[in-house]
Amino acid sequence: MPENRTRPAYRIIGKAAPRPDAWAKVFGDTAYAHDYTVPGMLCAKVLRSRHPAARVLSIDTGDAEKLPGVDAVLTAKDVPNNETATRFGQTHQVGGFEGLYRVLAEKKIRFKGEAVALVAATSEAVAEEALGLIHVEYEPLEGVFDPVEAKQAGAYQVGEDESNVICSYKVRKGDVEEGFKLADVVVEQTYRVPMVDHAYLEPESGVAWLDQDGVITIRSATQVIEHFRGIADVLGVSHNRVRIIAPMLGGGFGGKEDITVETYLALLVWKTRKPVSLTYTREESIRSHGKRHPYVMRYKTGATKAGKLVALEAELTSDAGGYVYLSPWVLLYSTVGATGPYDIPHVKVDSETVLTNNTFSSANRGFGAPQVCFACESQLDELAKQLGLSPLEIRRKNYLRTGDALATGRVLEHSVETEQTADRALEALGEPSGPSSPTERIGRGIASSMTSYGRMTFLHDTSRALVSIEMDGSVSVRCGLQDVGGGQASSLAQIAAEVLGVPMEDVTVYVGDSALTPLAGTTTATRLLYMSGNATKKAATAVRHSLVKKAADLLDVDPEELAMGDRQIYSAGDPDRAVALERVVKACAADGIPLYDVAQFNAPARELIDFQTGQGQVFPDFTFGTQAMEVSVDIETGAVKVLKIVSCYDVGQAINTLSAEGQLHGGALYGLGYGMMEEVVLDKGNTLTPSFAEYLIPSAVDVPDVKTIMIESGGGVGPFGAKGLGEPSCVPAAAAFANAVSDAIGARVCDLPVTPERILKALGRF
Amino acid sequence: MMTKRRVTLTVNGEHVEPLVEANALLVNVLREELQLTGTKYCCGTGQCGGCTVLVNGEPILSCLTLAVAVDGADILTIEGVAKPDGSLDPIQEAFLDHGAVQCGFCTPGMILMAKDLLAHDPSPSEERIREHLRGNLCRCTGYHRIVKAIGSCGQ
Ligand code: FES
Ligand code: FES
Repeated sequence: MPENRTRPAYRIIGKAAPRPDAWAKVFGDTAYAHDYTVPGMLCAKVLRSRHPAARVLSIDTGDAEKLPGVDAVLTAKDVPNNETATRFGQTHQVGGFEGLYRVLAEKKIRFKGEAVALVAATSEAVAEEALGLIHVEYEPLEGVFDPVEAKQAGAYQVGEDESNVICSYKVRKGDVEEGFKLADVVVEQTYRVPMVDHAYLEPESGVAWLDQDGVITIRSATQVIEHFRGIADVLGVSHNRVRIIAPMLGGGFGGKEDITVETYLALLVWKTRKPVSLTYTREESIRSHGKRHPYVMRYKTGATKAGKLVALEAELTSDAGGYVYLSPWVLLYSTVGATGPYDIPHVKVDSETVLTNNTFSSANRGFGAPQVCFACESQLDELAKQLGLSPLEIRRKNYLRTGDALATGRVLEHSVETEQTADRALEALGEPSGPSSPTERIGRGIASSMTSYGRMTFLHDTSRALVSIEMDGSVSVRCGLQDVGGGQASSLAQIAAEVLGVPMEDVTVYVGDSALTPLAGTTTATRLLYMSGNATKKAATAVRHSLVKKAADLLDVDPEELAMGDRQIYSAGDPDRAVALERVVKACAADGIPLYDVAQFNAPARELIDFQTGQGQVFPDFTFGTQAMEVSVDIETGAVKVLKIVSCYDVGQAINTLSAEGQLHGGALYGLGYGMMEEVVLDKGNTLTPSFAEYLIPSAVDVPDVKTIMIESGGGVGPFGAKGLGEPSCVPAAAAFANAVSDAIGARVCDLPVTPERILKALGRF
Repeated sequence: MMTKRRVTLTVNGEHVEPLVEANALLVNVLREELQLTGTKYCCGTGQCGGCTVLVNGEPILSCLTLAVAVDGADILTIEGVAKPDGSLDPIQEAFLDHGAVQCGFCTPGMILMAKDLLAHDPSPSEERIREHLRGNLCRCTGYHRIVKAIGSCGQ
């Protein structure tokens, strides 16, 4: 249960509400992307490059086309606009941020697993056989697989004529050289973090068909139905000829933010005029879809004897892999977040994202934040150690507080409760555990983070929702959101129910159809509750006003005195003076008063930051939190057991405590997996971990219970003062884990994941 | 073309005789022939537990099991867990009450594993529950609430 500030009494907001969508899920009735069939549906398969770097000399599809049961074989020459960019329906054009990629490979192959050809056939077996009959002649090229190498002059060029360096940013505050002169202690280290996979249980999947009006309709597992525009551009048809429907997702975590199967399906439907389905195998998903960026991060941080941070210098290099996708955006998040939740007078950050012939990287939960959090929080602990301070002490002396400015000049005007989250998280670890064998060492670690929610303010983000009340007093919400499984739709039902005084079961939420639900933007960037929650609240409030006004007439009281609840409108001072909601609705209808409202919520819009200094505003607001862990490390084997995990966040206002705590539980483990075990291992662009046998994520026996503490400051910019939790909840865990291990063994592992081998190496055992 | 064979199954109490290819996997027969899509395909290689069903009361991974190999068996999938009148099984109810369901993709496998565990051990410890779920991955919940939900069903 969250700690409550004094706040208005809500009927539904802030309660533990079982989610309506969970019902169908426990019965096995939810129709996910892969569970949907259309009569006469063909099965699609993708031919993928066997080389990470090569030139495509020729492709012969003749034999495949002749195979009985094959309806279409497509290559780059069949794609009207093959070079494209991910734009995510943003309202504001921001040139350099366009995530360029190719739909199907041509000229140079840029990563192993890049799509070369598409097949649609009457069965999966025939489609598979057809793939084997496509003859591609490659000229293998040397490639480049290390981002630091790739940015050197003379390095192998990944693309045709563009530089390997996609973009770079700077943050400049004060004078970092002068700053280091003020330092009594300086620590410097290079940190490396690996490529990781989203590992959602539902692989990328979709079905598409041509409806009777000739509109290409795609029902797919996506976090972004507004990709309909990009797909229409690839096909060269107008935007209103492509429709995307997002069913319930089996997890997204950023991996279904970029287009997955949608364009392939659209091309095949367009060609065959028949329905087509495509589901990736797990291997295909791991080998060829976007990943979290590996980073190399050189950090140097200085502090005074008293523990005050005076200077921080960071150089970040991220590996974008074969195509740009969202790399420039992810890098900007890392650049702004490089200094952590700390007030540092002198800062110099330089960052670059670089093309290589590795699997491409793009959005992954945390979007550039977990990488720099690990580096920054490791530095804080190293400084603390050298200064003889505890990890909590050094952090307390340096946390940013409300009214302070980030290194980018942005002033934190909303609530900043980082210190409280750290105090509480550490306290909740309780009494230290004792080692259970002579070779075991116990250690504790904390890490704090400041993670944005809401998209970058220069994108001028918007969301819309339509709230209507039916003749019987039941409520419908229509919102073009994508429910990734975090309770996104359910949170809107709660908001509408709260505002309109009905129980949650009276609200139905229709989501995720680019043709029928008001467009609401992406389910990414931890923006959903903030943006669509505010839009829903705004629309519901407008409907409420009409109803209350009519009720005031009926009851002959001042509208100001009226409250809504229990399907009634009543006088707050004299609850017996009440009228049934249904009656008010009918009275409004009789008078022609609209019983719906479509509201648009606009995030604060800012101009682009200054790219020479990094000064300006990038995000609407931040969520602050701390994770604390206790581990035991066997110094003979390097094996680690996580004994305790605490996750403490200022959630602003929990809308549904079950969902909010659920995010904290799941987020902590997502981040712990990053710290402890996850790594997509590549050898010259070839993935060596293409299944869950090699790519390990935490299982039920790898982890203890996660203790959650929610602080409700009410200081968020979301509805009812809510902050976003989806991404923030996973960010500090890897750093907290690494800090705990370091505390246990008295040595530091500077690369993730912190594996037994690396621990033994840090201990000098080999 | 491969020759097809008729297999006899009792699925969720109903007698069915699908015609299947010799190499057809049970997961595909359930999902495609019998339209029981509650059983999930997630990895196809036996590493996630998402495709778990109970065959003669024992959990098996339907993505690794040939349909012909379970000829004559009694199979329980997630669609058959609720009581015949449609009301919730206590495990389903516990999953709802404890907020153990997020995206829900692991849920069918988890619920069937829970049924199996509770059939053998009516009041399992948390440790036993975690051990039992070892092969069932969940990326959303951190397992916390799933473990609590199953624990609450103990007597
Ligand atoms: S789908 Fe069968 S174990 Fe993963
Ligand atoms: S609830 Fe999403 S995988 Fe378990």
